[in-house]
Amino acid sequence: MAPRRSRPRPETATLEQLLAAKEVVVTCGSGGVGKTTTAAALATMAAVHLGGRVLVLTVDPARRLADALGLDRIGNIEHVVPPEAFAEAGLKPRGELWAAMLDTKASWDDLIRRHAPDERTRDAILANPLYENITSQFIESHDYIAVERLHELHSSGRFDLIVVDTPPTRNALDLLDAPGRMEEFFGGRLLRWLTAPIRNRVVGAASRPFLNMADRILGAHFLQDISEFFVLLQSMEAGFVTRAREVSRVMADSRSTFCVVTTLETAAAREAAFFVDQLHRRDLHLGAVIVNKALPPYLHEEGPAASAAKLHDDASAIADAVAAVLKAPPTRIGRVLIEVAESFDNYAVVAKREAEQSTELAAVADVVVTVPILDEPVNDLASLVRLGECCWR
Amino acid sequence: MSAAGAPDLLERRLVFVTGKGGVGKTTIAAALAILAASRGRRVLVCEVDAKGTLAAALESGPLRFQPRTVLLRIDAMAMNTEDSLREYLKLMVRLPVVARVGPLARTLDFVADAAPGVREILTVGKLCYEVRVGHYDLVVVDAAASGHIVGQLSAPWAINELVQVGMVREQTRWMTEILADPARTGVVVVTNPEELPVAETLQLLDQLADAVPVDVAAVVVNRVLPELFTRDEQAVFDRLREPAALAALSKRAGRDTERVLDAAALAVALRRERAENLLDLQAGLPPSMPTLLVPELFARSQGKRAVMQVADALGEELG
Repeated sequence: MAPRRSRPRPETATLEQLLAAKEVVVTCGSGGVGKTTTAAALATMAAVHLGGRVLVLTVDPARRLADALGLDRIGNIEHVVPPEAFAEAGLKPRGELWAAMLDTKASWDDLIRRHAPDERTRDAILANPLYENITSQFIESHDYIAVERLHELHSSGRFDLIVVDTPPTRNALDLLDAPGRMEEFFGGRLLRWLTAPIRNRVVGAASRPFLNMADRILGAHFLQDISEFFVLLQSMEAGFVTRAREVSRVMADSRSTFCVVTTLETAAAREAAFFVDQLHRRDLHLGAVIVNKALPPYLHEEGPAASAAKLHDDASAIADAVAAVLKAPPTRIGRVLIEVAESFDNYAVVAKREAEQSTELAAVADVVVTVPILDEPVNDLASLVRLGECCWR
Repeated sequence: MSAAGAPDLLERRLVFVTGKGGVGKTTIAAALAILAASRGRRVLVCEVDAKGTLAAALESGPLRFQPRTVLLRIDAMAMNTEDSLREYLKLMVRLPVVARVGPLARTLDFVADAAPGVREILTVGKLCYEVRVGHYDLVVVDAAASGHIVGQLSAPWAINELVQVGMVREQTRWMTEILADPARTGVVVVTNPEELPVAETLQLLDQLADAVPVDVAAVVVNRVLPELFTRDEQAVFDRLREPAALAALSKRAGRDTERVLDAAALAVALRRERAENLLDLQAGLPPSMPTLLVPELFARSQGKRAVMQVADALGEELG
């Protein structure tokens, strides 16, 4: 494997340069930071400015964003966002924007179909009661399927750039570890133990109490069910393990990069710093930290704060002075001025804390770009581009 | 949905606090614990995902599986499925060999990876057990986020379906009895007045109604922005930014006055957007659903002080 750069080269100092240089961009971060919207905005910007075929693979977009990308109709299968949608938004994209939603269950079914050695095994797995439970309820399966799907799309060669929005993971590591864990699982003792017919299990003195206990607690029938399921799954081991290795390789490839999305709230920023650290430890490429929904910097500057204090303290005198211009009762103007000043103070407190978080984040990543909080919802192509323009260059 | 005749939130024995990530689930869980304790109840508050955010909210230092008194009448714990299994085996199976089963963590990973719902049942089982033994009047759970809460709460039913015989089947019976009883158990869904959390809340309520017979006791809307202006005042504010008025203001309050007005305009726009989302939420909720509004605190305080302010706000809403 080629040695990884721990620092981005100078030519990837902006998102525009980063996206021009990479084939896979994985956005990650904790819930509620605007990760899905950011992924959509990056892909839209790339389609508009860089050209080529750009795909955004998203997890769970808000309804209006899904509408804008046409995801409500197509879902799991990738499809092109119609050029008319861009024309309506007054945009002339140089390339094509494609979008797809990640449907975990459908993707797992596909995977089983692809790797099952024969029809009988395939049908037996799809019909197994444990299968649905494992694939639909357990978050690890979302992580695995996200990178698996990414690999499938990347290796198809149909896209110049794929932007992946990751599922909200309980732990940021899950996504990075998923392929390795899958491989470990197939190679490990657990699967051998589970797939040995119960009566034939080589039961050493050490594990006999466990087996007895498991039978007593869970009932032999349940263990039998589990066992059958994993016997079926084991028949696909070769396919799965090869696949898991390839998926790991794609993530570590120099054509892939990770963008950590965060807000400046304490909890989100802490998660972001943690994620950055984990990427470094794993020798994965950190493209940028994208700080979303930041309050405007003037909120923690001294000038405006002084003006706010004057508006507050001299409210009635100032109200009297502007009453003639506004032709409104001075008492009402006074109330408005006090409200304006107090609101400034409220947001200034938050902005000050945000500035501290921002400084801390700047210390952990080389490329930190900031997207200001927008006073309108981001749910169509035009607003995605407006958001993108804030952090693109 | 909140069952007819179900008791008030704090009168219940077991309250699961859930919601989309980032909405302030932990703060609300901690605030409910503080509020209940201030009304004389003995409370156990439990963090399920072991991220340490509950400890930060209570400023309690690290929490462990063994409950520890952190404030007057409040014990706190962090869920750990391995410890939960250990305790379960000690209490229920009375296996003298537990110590010899080998490293329990490895054994548990064995089972938990293979058998769906094992981690969930160990979590929910421990919480139901605390209700059953009755050391506390109220158990508040900083539970799984909305994506996983259905799986967590329904685990006893799922296991009950999968496991045909054995002790576990017996035990899932009393768990489901506690969980399905609106007099004892309730779910609190926390949300923000923002588009995605609102959509996810409505979706979650549907899923819960379909998949889990656990009563939803309340929806808490956290971080509601205050209204800045009445209609008349808004009209005045809009005209403050006209050149003549702005010049007059800047003359007296400095040239950065425009920035102060910009900030207020941003606050008005953000509030308007959130107010619309709040209306969407209220339109989607059943009319009988108790909805508690908690104002935005503007990060003026953090940790225990912030949680206490939220507890006050919740106390006013609950009456």
